[in-house]
Amino acid sequence: MTSEIILQAIVTGLMMGLIYALIAAGLSLIFGLMEIVNFAHGEHLMLSMFSSFWLWSLFGLDPIFSIPITILLMAFCGIITHYFLIRYILKAKMLIQICATFGLSIFIRSIAQLLWTPDFRNVDKPLLEGRLEIGSVFIGQPQLIASLVCLVAFIGLYLFVTKTETGLALQATAQDRHAAEILGIPSNKMFAIGWAIGLGCVGVAGGMMANYFFIFTDVGINFALFAFVAVALGGFGSIIGCLYAGVIIGLVESLGGLLIDPSFKLLYVFAIYLLVVIYRPQGLFGRY
Amino acid sequence: MDNKLIIAKSEPLWNTNNRVVFLISSLIILLFALPLFGLNSFYLHLFIMIFMHAVMAQSWNVIAGFSGQISLGHGAFFGIGAYATSFFYIEYGISPWISMPFGILVSGFFAILIGIPMLRLSGHYFAIATLLIGISFQVVFQRWDLVGAASGLWVPMTSEDSWSALQFHSSKVSYYYIFLVFFIITFFIVWLLSRSKLGYRLRAVRDDPQAALSLCINVSNYKIIAYVISAMIMAPMGSLFAQYILIIDPDRVFNIEISIIVLLITVLGGIGNVWGPIIGASILIPISEYSRIYLGGTGGAVDLILYGLILMIICIFRPDGLISFVPKDILERKKQR
Amino acid sequence: MKVLSVENLSRSFGGIKANDNISFEVEEGTILGVIGPNGAGKSTLFDLITGYTKADSGKVEFFNKNIFGLSPDKISNLGVGRTFQKLKPFADQTLLENVMIGSFVNEKNIKKARDRALEIIDFVDLIEKRHHFAKELSTGQRKRLEMARAMAIEPKLLLMDEVTGGVDQKTIPGLVDLIKKLKKSGVTIITIEHNINIIMEISDNVLALDQGKSIAYGSPKEIQQNKQVIDSYLGTFDAA
Repeated sequence: MTSEIILQAIVTGLMMGLIYALIAAGLSLIFGLMEIVNFAHGEHLMLSMFSSFWLWSLFGLDPIFSIPITILLMAFCGIITHYFLIRYILKAKMLIQICATFGLSIFIRSIAQLLWTPDFRNVDKPLLEGRLEIGSVFIGQPQLIASLVCLVAFIGLYLFVTKTETGLALQATAQDRHAAEILGIPSNKMFAIGWAIGLGCVGVAGGMMANYFFIFTDVGINFALFAFVAVALGGFGSIIGCLYAGVIIGLVESLGGLLIDPSFKLLYVFAIYLLVVIYRPQGLFGRY
Repeated sequence: MDNKLIIAKSEPLWNTNNRVVFLISSLIILLFALPLFGLNSFYLHLFIMIFMHAVMAQSWNVIAGFSGQISLGHGAFFGIGAYATSFFYIEYGISPWISMPFGILVSGFFAILIGIPMLRLSGHYFAIATLLIGISFQVVFQRWDLVGAASGLWVPMTSEDSWSALQFHSSKVSYYYIFLVFFIITFFIVWLLSRSKLGYRLRAVRDDPQAALSLCINVSNYKIIAYVISAMIMAPMGSLFAQYILIIDPDRVFNIEISIIVLLITVLGGIGNVWGPIIGASILIPISEYSRIYLGGTGGAVDLILYGLILMIICIFRPDGLISFVPKDILERKKQR
Repeated sequence: MKVLSVENLSRSFGGIKANDNISFEVEEGTILGVIGPNGAGKSTLFDLITGYTKADSGKVEFFNKNIFGLSPDKISNLGVGRTFQKLKPFADQTLLENVMIGSFVNEKNIKKARDRALEIIDFVDLIEKRHHFAKELSTGQRKRLEMARAMAIEPKLLLMDEVTGGVDQKTIPGLVDLIKKLKKSGVTIITIEHNINIIMEISDNVLALDQGKSIAYGSPKEIQQNKQVIDSYLGTFDAA
């Protein structure tokens, strides 16, 4: 085992981690806002990858150009999700909230399977191809661009939430929706915005990954699991925590795969989750 | 004043409604008599599936409905039960009747092992952790060569029907009765549990763990007890299922679909209620089996679409499940107003 | 006989001292009233005694037995009952079931536990509501429910957090009578109260807190004359 291989694993893990971070940020934003865990997050990611795929396959749009459309579609999907499902279960017991989004995840995944079959697809000859060689480390171009776009989107999200008026209104609703309502911030609208942004993040990640990832109906499951782990790691509701947590997960996944056994990648990440939630239930970076 | 107290004390502990007792006993007799009318093998299969899923959902009901912890990886205990019997039968020729209790114990042991660290977590943390654990079991068994890795275990067929090997090839009637007996026993175990001191305390833990602590209830211990009971109810169903289909593999017995369906059945029927899983299973399993016949075949996802849809509709409109359509005083405790 | 003795109990949350060196003792069969403005640390004190919050330092003895650092269920098992400021009834269960969960502590037999629970429910005057779900009861009734539930574990010491808070005027006298009735039955009580008149009426001793510190501790008379209490809390005390 040479240092080059380890360096390669670190770079790969880092790039993957940035993508996990953005997916988790969407989940965390929604949770922070209304204390609902979107168990259909992986399916939403799957939808965004398929959106990218179909825009390419039907209209010849390269994933890199269809990104804005995918983001808009996903944001719309978020608003629909809120309007038809979430707003009815806001006051329900946690059990019912979990079951409802869990039901949504089963529904989306199986509808997708019915419509598109469980086949593996991929975007043929996208504009982003090939790889760079820096020293002895190979970096896939699409992977690199995807993770950079995700990082930019993440920073954009962070600035949006902390600096803009809408972002501050979101934070106010997250802290105390009743107090925010008294100040004239309609919480229902904020929730819809939260879902639109949360799934918009997923749209960015899914759209970029469509460049180099296989696209199939179960693709979201692992990403969603990692996003759950990242959100717990970063502290439920904390957005910046997701960045660190996503990178940690990416590194654990690639280094664990390299140093121990790649077929148990999932288990290493789960082990991290268990260690963190048991010994630091507020997350590694949670304020609480 | 004292008069009212005396009246209150003279009330029976439980409202044993004669109609319900009559209903239950005639239902049991009917179910025992049913195969005598010559059910064809599809209907036998349908009933077997209903019994099995009702028990599995009842198991989930104990942890989620009574103690309020949402496990999304309950398939793990089903798989443990299935592998325990099949493995020991194939390797050492041990009768499933002996390895089944062993599977129950292993399942309970794993529940303790998992429960001690996990049940300190609450709410979403626990739900996500169990989801991860359910999948971890599947991943591990897919790669564990001793138990056949991804291709699983094939139980060698006996040449003829055998009670000791728990295999019946000529007809499904024996399976029907075995599952029926387990179904009835489980129902009464959970029914007694719900009326016991333990049941009261579990519901206290579910409704408000903080308040439960102030009443001398060690919340984490009670959660673990519920988890263990739940796991031990689940495991024999895995064992019986393995003997019923005689081939098991990780994708079948550790499938996340198992964890989903037990949740769905319970929520559909009514969570926290002994009757919920029974109502849920008798409605959902026929839907699922028929949809597989008439719509399925391609990918087999049609029943899952229905599951997802039903789950969302129930959550929005009837969070207390179908049981909430039944007036309370008919089934359970009498509420005098 | 000393029921509870607290010495130098302290707890801070991120630099803010919620409880700072609190010391007091409670004699058997007496009522200690705890007063203080909002945020004085009254509820924190209850949480520290009952183990819901871990104290940073100090000593808590219950019948000369150290209970510092024990978990809440162990402390309640020794005979310390409590109610909550933010009510925590088992909402989806009936009043009777709520109280039975308490009476199961000392009574394994389900019928006897039921009868014991009924007696306590009768004691708090809610016998007619026994089959109502907790979520259907009014705030005052839920306060009684919590008291009944805490009494059901047959505590030697009962901590009651704002029994008369958040209920309407008409309900208060009944609740006060209930506390007196409880005292008569031999239970030692610590009660947090906002209503100063009630505190002076029922307490044998009063502990006044302000910003986490104990500013006065003594009989109601002494407290009434304590300058610091008058300055920081009572203000226009003449009315009482």
